[in-house]
Amino acid sequence: MINGINWKDGSFIHVDDLHKSFGSNHVLRGVTFDVFEGETLVILGASGCGKSVLLKHIIALMYPDSGRVDYRGENIFEMLAPELNEVRKNFGMVFQGAALFDSMTVGENVGLPAFEHWGTRGEELSKLVEEKLTLVGLGGIAHLRPSEISGGMKKRVALARAIALDPDVILYDEPTTGLDPIMAEQINELIRDTQKELGATSIVVTHDLHSATFIGDRVALVVDGRVEFVGTTDELMSTEHEAVRNFIARGQANRDRPEPDFTVSF
Amino acid sequence: MDFFAKLGKSALDVFRVVGRAGIVLWRAILSVRRLGRSVGLIFEQMRQFGIDSLPLVIITSVFTGAVAAVQVSYQLKEFLPKAYLGTAIFKSVVIELGPVLTALVVGGRVGASIAAELGTMRVTEQIDAMEAMAIDPHRYLVMPRLVAGLVMLPALTVIADILAIGGGFVVAGVALDVSAKVFIDGMRTMFYAGDVLGGLIKACAFGGIIALMGCTAGLQAAGGAVGVGRAATRAVVASCVLILIGDYILTTLIYGIIFP
Repeated sequence: MINGINWKDGSFIHVDDLHKSFGSNHVLRGVTFDVFEGETLVILGASGCGKSVLLKHIIALMYPDSGRVDYRGENIFEMLAPELNEVRKNFGMVFQGAALFDSMTVGENVGLPAFEHWGTRGEELSKLVEEKLTLVGLGGIAHLRPSEISGGMKKRVALARAIALDPDVILYDEPTTGLDPIMAEQINELIRDTQKELGATSIVVTHDLHSATFIGDRVALVVDGRVEFVGTTDELMSTEHEAVRNFIARGQANRDRPEPDFTVSF
Repeated sequence: MDFFAKLGKSALDVFRVVGRAGIVLWRAILSVRRLGRSVGLIFEQMRQFGIDSLPLVIITSVFTGAVAAVQVSYQLKEFLPKAYLGTAIFKSVVIELGPVLTALVVGGRVGASIAAELGTMRVTEQIDAMEAMAIDPHRYLVMPRLVAGLVMLPALTVIADILAIGGGFVVAGVALDVSAKVFIDGMRTMFYAGDVLGGLIKACAFGGIIALMGCTAGLQAAGGAVGVGRAATRAVVASCVLILIGDYILTTLIYGIIFP
């Protein structure tokens, strides 16, 4: 029992000895960890340490050089397209740049998965879209285009789209990157509220220590392409593990400086 | 050694592009069973591929026909009576000029726009997002463009053929002193349906090439705005080269074997 959640027996998603290189750049060097059903696991690490690459492996958007990812006991890298697509319907992913389809309205973005997979049409679809948008606090903007809304709103729409099919697992890739501190805080709260509301398993990739301790039940720290530490947020803050202490010390030093602006707008 | 290394690398690049295009094509073909669910997407692509290209095709073909009339009459004035002007223009337009010039101008316009659109979607992770929500980009993005290419390029070619012959007809009448009756009689002599049909078969293949190379280059784009620009260039170069090579092969096959 951790943070009031009962872990079920056995792991839900099991990542085993994942290796991935891009040319001579060995990004993942044997990543192994478990994700339990219903928890929020935060994958924490410095920028460029391979967190996003790791997240894309979990939903087979990238394939590893070696290693496996098991979803409910089955290796997703051995699945053929139809089987993999069935598994992917249980996942929702919020991308770093929101990745909204800019040829569609906000409503069409959120409604697309249900339109394609459930055959939802017309009035029923509009109702579903409005319901999901209201859940992320953006009711009534379905007619707008992604280019007409702010960065923070795009992330919220991306979340609404990710939860459109009521997934078991939600993946977040740097949800607060590129947002101002107030908006980042709102997104953190939204992730936590969504988690409570839906009870889905969440995997969040971030470099932000504050965000990690705020939303996470457990934290996995990635350093140089390996998981150096896995534990609850309390264990993270109290451990004597050297890599963790280094990361936390640097994180706190960074918090005293004004945040650099890495905003990328498309 | 350096020379051979470069040669080898270029050869590998060619095979890599052909291989990737083959995979994209195969996956798009596999998704044709879900054609029914993509009708809306296909019509949208047909509009972008065909109707939006019309102004360009109209201008190109009218002037191509006009120039063809002037050229034929200038080059053949010593050898052929003017009665054959219509024959020469008709044959050269439906067999060669119509399909190839239409494909080249549409390839530049549509190939680049497909590659830029899909390339932007790739570098902004929209394609990843699509795959993550279990929607196959080959069905949702590639197949409708491929079908639009296969259908719309022959359609554009028919329009181009008519306008080019019309352009030649007007120039023949106004500037070259060939009456309408003489021109049309010239077209009638030696009219073979196979000529027109062969041209349209070529156009169909060229439409497929344009869509496929645009999609392949777009899906492979990487590295931000520069990558998108490079993808657009690659799509246009690849489709133009393949159209010209394909034209030779298809012309040999169609007029050598199918309609000899």
